[in-house]
Amino acid sequence: MASRLLLRWRRSLATRVVTMTLIASAILVGGAMAFLLVRVTNGLVDANTSKSIAEANVGLAAAEQVVLQASEAGPPTASEGLADAIMNALVNSNEGGAAYEVLLLDGASTGAPMPERGTNLVEVASVPTDLRAQVRTQGERAWTYSEIRFVTGPSEPGLVVGSLIPVGSQAYQVYYLFPFGELQGTLDLVRSTAWAAGIILVTLLGLLMLFIARHVVRPVRQAARTAELLRAGFLEQRLPVKGEDDLAALALSFNDMAASLQTQIRQLENLSRLQQRFVSDVSHELRTPLTTIRMAGDMIYSQRDDLPPALSRSAELLHDQIDRFETLLTDLLEISRFDANAAVLESETVDIRTVAQRVVSAAQPLADSAGTQLRLSGPDEVCLAECDPRRIERVLRNLVSNAIEHGEGQPIDIRVGADDRSVAVSVRDHGRGLDEKDLTRVFDRFWRGDPSRARTIGGTGLGLSIAMEDTRLHGGRLAVWGRPGQGASFRLTIPREAGGLVGAGSPLPLDPEEVTL
Amino acid sequence: MKGRVLVVDDDPALSEMLGIVLQSDGFEPFFVADGERAMEAFRHTRPDLVLLDVMLPGKDGIEVCRAIRAESGVPIVMLTAKSDTVDVVLGLESGADDYVVKPFKPKELIARIRTRLRRLDDAKPETLRLGDLTIDVAGHSVRRNGSAIELTPLEFDLLVCLARKPWQVFSREVLLQEVWGYRHPADTRLVNVHVQRLRSKIEKDPENPELVLTVRGVGYKASDTTD
Repeated sequence: MASRLLLRWRRSLATRVVTMTLIASAILVGGAMAFLLVRVTNGLVDANTSKSIAEANVGLAAAEQVVLQASEAGPPTASEGLADAIMNALVNSNEGGAAYEVLLLDGASTGAPMPERGTNLVEVASVPTDLRAQVRTQGERAWTYSEIRFVTGPSEPGLVVGSLIPVGSQAYQVYYLFPFGELQGTLDLVRSTAWAAGIILVTLLGLLMLFIARHVVRPVRQAARTAELLRAGFLEQRLPVKGEDDLAALALSFNDMAASLQTQIRQLENLSRLQQRFVSDVSHELRTPLTTIRMAGDMIYSQRDDLPPALSRSAELLHDQIDRFETLLTDLLEISRFDANAAVLESETVDIRTVAQRVVSAAQPLADSAGTQLRLSGPDEVCLAECDPRRIERVLRNLVSNAIEHGEGQPIDIRVGADDRSVAVSVRDHGRGLDEKDLTRVFDRFWRGDPSRARTIGGTGLGLSIAMEDTRLHGGRLAVWGRPGQGASFRLTIPREAGGLVGAGSPLPLDPEEVTL
Repeated sequence: MKGRVLVVDDDPALSEMLGIVLQSDGFEPFFVADGERAMEAFRHTRPDLVLLDVMLPGKDGIEVCRAIRAESGVPIVMLTAKSDTVDVVLGLESGADDYVVKPFKPKELIARIRTRLRRLDDAKPETLRLGDLTIDVAGHSVRRNGSAIELTPLEFDLLVCLARKPWQVFSREVLLQEVWGYRHPADTRLVNVHVQRLRSKIEKDPENPELVLTVRGVGYKASDTTD
């Protein structure tokens, strides 16, 4: 799930744009809302505080008036009656009902205890001890915010204003407690409204960005899809151009680029096709005169015993070189066919051992003349594979004749192997071998193993290139191993089923000696 | 006289050289240089064998081959500059018995021609049975329930070769040697195409052959249940 989201984040521009917009707008809107809330809260609290303090002042003044009237009859004492009178003055001094609570507490530790009063079961603990100390010791009017608690019912935040009212030698502590319940309600409403507005705003912004991103991304995605189609070879694909905006400009440039690519690719294709056609045509056109030359040459060659020595030798040279010329022509034609992708497999099911046997028998005369022994080994059971036997035979013929040419008369081992999925033939000689540089170039066209050495068989230099192409056509692998002075080994591996592919593995080791040693 | 050979080729030098080679081996050559006049020349000379170039001005070799096959089973050997699969198979399917790829050796060509004409010489009375077919080897005829089936000489040779040893499986290579006279490994597609042609004429259902059977990975054999 998380990885899918991450993938989506990485893949989709729209997702990224929308997500980033949401985050940024949430921060911005959140900040603005927080600022607004702080300002509103502070304003409301300040207004409420000053109003409450004013109310407290009125009440305190009324209470002091009560104490003053009481003292006209003599020094007042803290009687129950006085406490009630003060309390009455405190509570009822403000019109419009009591939106506050009042506590009348004994203000000093000295003298006789004074009767205490309170409204609505408000708890004394609602007044912070700091405030009480401040009021008692300094006798000043002071206020603070506090949690106002009741003996029953929930507590609520509020303002506490305290003061001292001297009564004779003693003094009352008076506390006005203004619960901010109403204010709290207003603030809650403002806060929830702000939140809702913020969320709606952010959501709308997100949707808007999604819409815009879609709008912008759609043509980009379409461009990507079209580019993909172009890559797959559908060169006539173009983007639709709508309007004159930036996206239309993008589509226009894209289309121009596609058109230019198409032209260039067509040109290259034409050129390459022309060249392949040319090679193929040349090879074909050469064949008819070559046939006549070959027949004429053979006629002369068959009569060479009746000719003077110089003419006789000329006839032999002519005969041999026509052979060579013909092989070269055949190989060139074959290569041009591969280059033109015109080579087709003619698959049938054959026993690969039979093919190898046929190749070995055909190469026997050549091996005899080079004094080389050919050793064929393989499993006893049939090794069936679906392949083009002419091509496979050509590959093996090539490997074996190469081995004879470079094998320096040492025995050559031809091994056949098979497993469930593939069959393989390896050809191992013990001649001069190949060094590392040779190994990289051995399949190159017209590459010669040892230019200084006289060629005895006179291959065209295309044999291994053709063998490689034939192997590839089968979905197989042609691998080479070699060490200077130790000989070389070529291994052909092809899948048993036509259309299959062989992996890195093979039924046979590349260097068969490795196993036996 | 060993045989009359009609050479259909547009290249004068090659035609002349072919003439020299054919004559030196005792054949009697006739020449025609374009496809349009090939049929006329064929009817006029009544050759024992046709050497036919695939690339011809006018009608191409494939069309000429079809036209000749429509009226005669005479052996046709194609001369082709293309060994591409499609062209060769097309040539064989249009009715050619064999083909040689330019540039060929004269001996190779003569060997091909000799094999195709050889059957004209030998004729020992022999009757073979294969399924419900009756094969008269000397009379070159195949009959099913008394009605004759038309086969070209090559198809007849192929059928006789298989029917003589119904217990034996013939690999394509062996058939190439026996029927086509190749001494070296050659193009096994020759065998495939001609087995198909033979089946289309003698099998009741060529898709499910009952007389000429395929042995996977090995080759072909005749059905050995004679009823």
